[in-house]
Amino acid sequence: MNSFATRFDSHHHDDDQSDAAWGSQAGFGNLGDGSHAFNVPAVPDPTAFLRLHTDDHADPNCRIKIQHGTTTLAFRFQGGVIVAVDSRATAGSYVASGTVKKVIEINPYLLGTMAGGAADCQYWETYLGIQCRLHELRNRERISVAAASKYLSNLVYSYKGMGLSMGTMICGWDKTGPAVFYVDSDGTRLKGDMFSVGSGSTFAYGVLDQGYRWDLTDEEAQELGRRSIYAAGHRDAFSGNTCNLYHVKEDGWKFIGNYDISKMHYEGPGDVPGAPGGGYGYDVRTKGRFSVLETEVVA
Amino acid sequence: MARGRTRWWWKRETRSVTVTQVTRSLEDSEERPNMAMELNGGSVIAMVGKNCVAIASDLRLGNQALTVATNFEKIFPVSEQLYIGLCGLATDVETLRERFRFLVNMYTIKESRAISPQAFAHLVSSTLYEKRFGPYFIEPVIAGLEPITTTPTDGSAPTTEFRPFIAGADVIGCLNFAKDFIVTGTASDKLFGVAEGLWEPDLGPEDLFETISQTLLNAVDRDAYSGWGAVVHVITPDKVVSRTLKARMD
Repeated sequence: MNSFATRFDSHHHDDDQSDAAWGSQAGFGNLGDGSHAFNVPAVPDPTAFLRLHTDDHADPNCRIKIQHGTTTLAFRFQGGVIVAVDSRATAGSYVASGTVKKVIEINPYLLGTMAGGAADCQYWETYLGIQCRLHELRNRERISVAAASKYLSNLVYSYKGMGLSMGTMICGWDKTGPAVFYVDSDGTRLKGDMFSVGSGSTFAYGVLDQGYRWDLTDEEAQELGRRSIYAAGHRDAFSGNTCNLYHVKEDGWKFIGNYDISKMHYEGPGDVPGAPGGGYGYDVRTKGRFSVLETEVVA
Repeated sequence: MARGRTRWWWKRETRSVTVTQVTRSLEDSEERPNMAMELNGGSVIAMVGKNCVAIASDLRLGNQALTVATNFEKIFPVSEQLYIGLCGLATDVETLRERFRFLVNMYTIKESRAISPQAFAHLVSSTLYEKRFGPYFIEPVIAGLEPITTTPTDGSAPTTEFRPFIAGADVIGCLNFAKDFIVTGTASDKLFGVAEGLWEPDLGPEDLFETISQTLLNAVDRDAYSGWGAVVHVITPDKVVSRTLKARMD
């Protein structure tokens, strides 16, 4: 009887999981010896199976929902790197969360942003953090932003076609100074001064392009980041709620603040350096300048 | 000459087929839900109170994810104490607003009296059903006070009372006379949830205003396609109070 049962038990061996999976390897035990060991669906074509159940265009019903709407931006300037993101997560038209952390703190000198699949970004950027630390221990030197981003791009490229979805910016400060790299799940890796990723990126680029200079002061740069995310949050249905702002300098990144986007619309970001005072909203800025009477707004 | 004319008819046939295909691409199908109802976004809600009704909507006009305008009103007065909210495809909001204005004017002239909410609801229903096989992509909400005039037998002057009235309909005019509240739009499922939790019977005008405002504001904050401002109309026997709310703008 036992031998009969084992014939139908081919996919349920716990033995092939390394002992490290039970240890304190932060959930990365399945990657134990450096080679990746993910369970793959037991079907003839795993890639097609995955696409069938995750791609929205093929089948909008009965699928694994992946977070798509987002606005993230990062730019390089004289004083370092500014990283600003929104905090909305949507599943279809449903606003699933308004408090998502879309900046992943890889280590004190490296930040990664999150667009596309939330889990993919979170997992692989955390994994990148592990590899960056190992690089540090092996070489007695911090990893460059170029090398770290290349590690990630090579990694996601090895999974090309398997349904990974991520559009990320790896930002930091190394020997060469401030650096920003765009990396996505297609395998694209670009070095640049300014990037914005997500459904609200076009709106952010609009404000960013208009206000960007290399010699921006720290305060001006932080304000530009906030203002750009506000613009995206206001116009893009899938971005909004709050803005998280980071500034990377020579001594590592610093969290600047969390700003409510609707509050920025009506009152501005509050008493922060670089803010012009007053709300960002078009109707707020132009209030009382029209010849027609406006309707009274009840608080 | 005759041959030319025949060819002209062929052309017209071909054109009408194309129109059908355009309509079909906007309609419900097994694989793709009705995109026309989500194209522009927006939501409307109506609630019954004690001797009063309230109707409220958001102010967004979008093109899918892009917010185009934040001052797009979807609720229109039909008569002094009767309002209609038109929710769905923005082009049909405009079309139906004008169509109902025309139809109500004709009714008022012919009957020499104002239209009752009950009669107006049925007018809306038949107007929508007229387009049964190529519908307007609108789910309307009607809110008003129904005047009930009683003539006492003792010969004294007749008295008028007002009964709250709300109704909703689907895109082809199936009427729904609810006793509590009606919701439509991209946030309708969220509105149902919040309204089910907040609404209670016999709310006065001020409490009803608070209830409908909180319901709308909190529901649209969970919907990507609705929000960006809101308007509330509270209809009582002697006045209609319309307020614009300060809402989230993201």
